[in-house]
Amino acid sequence: MASSIAHRMSGVVNYIGAMLVTAWLVALASGPEAYAIVETVMAGPLATLVKLALIGFTLSLVYHLLNGVRHLAWDLGLGFDPKGSNTRSILIFIAAIAITAGIWVLAGGLI
Amino acid sequence: MVQLTLPNNSKVKKGKTWPKPEGANAKALREFRVYRYDPDSGENPRWDTYFVDMDRCGPMVLDALFFIKNEIDSTLAFRRSCREGICGSCSMNIAGRNTIACTKAIADDKGVITIAPLPHQPVIKDLIPDLTNFYAQLTSIQPWLQTETPTPQGEWRQSPQDREELDGLYECILCASCSTACPSYWWNSDKYLGPAALLQAYRWIADSRDEATGERLDALEDPFKLYRCHTIMNCAQVCPKGLNPAKAIGKIKELMVERQT
Repeated sequence: MASSIAHRMSGVVNYIGAMLVTAWLVALASGPEAYAIVETVMAGPLATLVKLALIGFTLSLVYHLLNGVRHLAWDLGLGFDPKGSNTRSILIFIAAIAITAGIWVLAGGLI
Repeated sequence: MVQLTLPNNSKVKKGKTWPKPEGANAKALREFRVYRYDPDSGENPRWDTYFVDMDRCGPMVLDALFFIKNEIDSTLAFRRSCREGICGSCSMNIAGRNTIACTKAIADDKGVITIAPLPHQPVIKDLIPDLTNFYAQLTSIQPWLQTETPTPQGEWRQSPQDREELDGLYECILCASCSTACPSYWWNSDKYLGPAALLQAYRWIADSRDEATGERLDALEDPFKLYRCHTIMNCAQVCPKGLNPAKAIGKIKELMVERQT
């Protein structure tokens, strides 16, 4: 059940996160003046918060992606055993955290 | 829709602690917290605490309920019949999980064992839920053999292989543990059929003798009746008979796609 709730929540977070990232890209495309506003926010007192939000968005994306694969498998009639299903729920939580950490380390954002 | 808090008249209050059975060995006492509700009193439901003498009580939770009713508090109301996991009457929420009291061992849980009626159903009294809606939904899927070909002289024949298709489906005892464990059913039980009724629906769809498969699928082709299942898997986790309604619902969804192509 926790995995189903997490899937929904990450879906909502992806929605909001995608809008914020779009705003960022639109600002980038609109020229230096618009992008300067984003820069100010990113470097300002909210910098840590913005970074945490981005890490959270990454986690949400990765989690939703991994759990989405499970939903695809279910649609193919695979993976309905209750015990195995529980184990996979936990593995997906762990994998999502590990992959998110990996992405941020590779991107140099955590150093 | 989603309702996360109970209405004021359903909030469960602290109840009373009943005296420990006389002459019992203190080590043999098990503590039970039981949901009590009496519609005639007009009072809110409450958690009553009972102590059961395990030296004089059978191994199952249903035995403990009998001990309470016979020796401590005869006003406790609960449904039961066969006491061997085949009638589905004594389904309730034990230690946070829906199951049937007669096949649930007291020794499975440590510490205090809570016993409540099946979640998210109207309560008639104490541990007795009103399952009218649940039974109406079962009726709505027409759980009987439907045929068009003339009735044969003998029985309707079925190959052993076709009969095997019904294993894991026909064993359902309709205890409602699965449906009342399903969040989708909690929020939309007026429109979503729930795992138990859908498992039965699939039991007749999968039956090689039944000739109404198309009509049965037509009746389920609905955003709520079938598709409120989001594979949360609570149904398969709690089923006291070890059945898998989630899988049966998955198979119905597969058939829906197959017949479109």
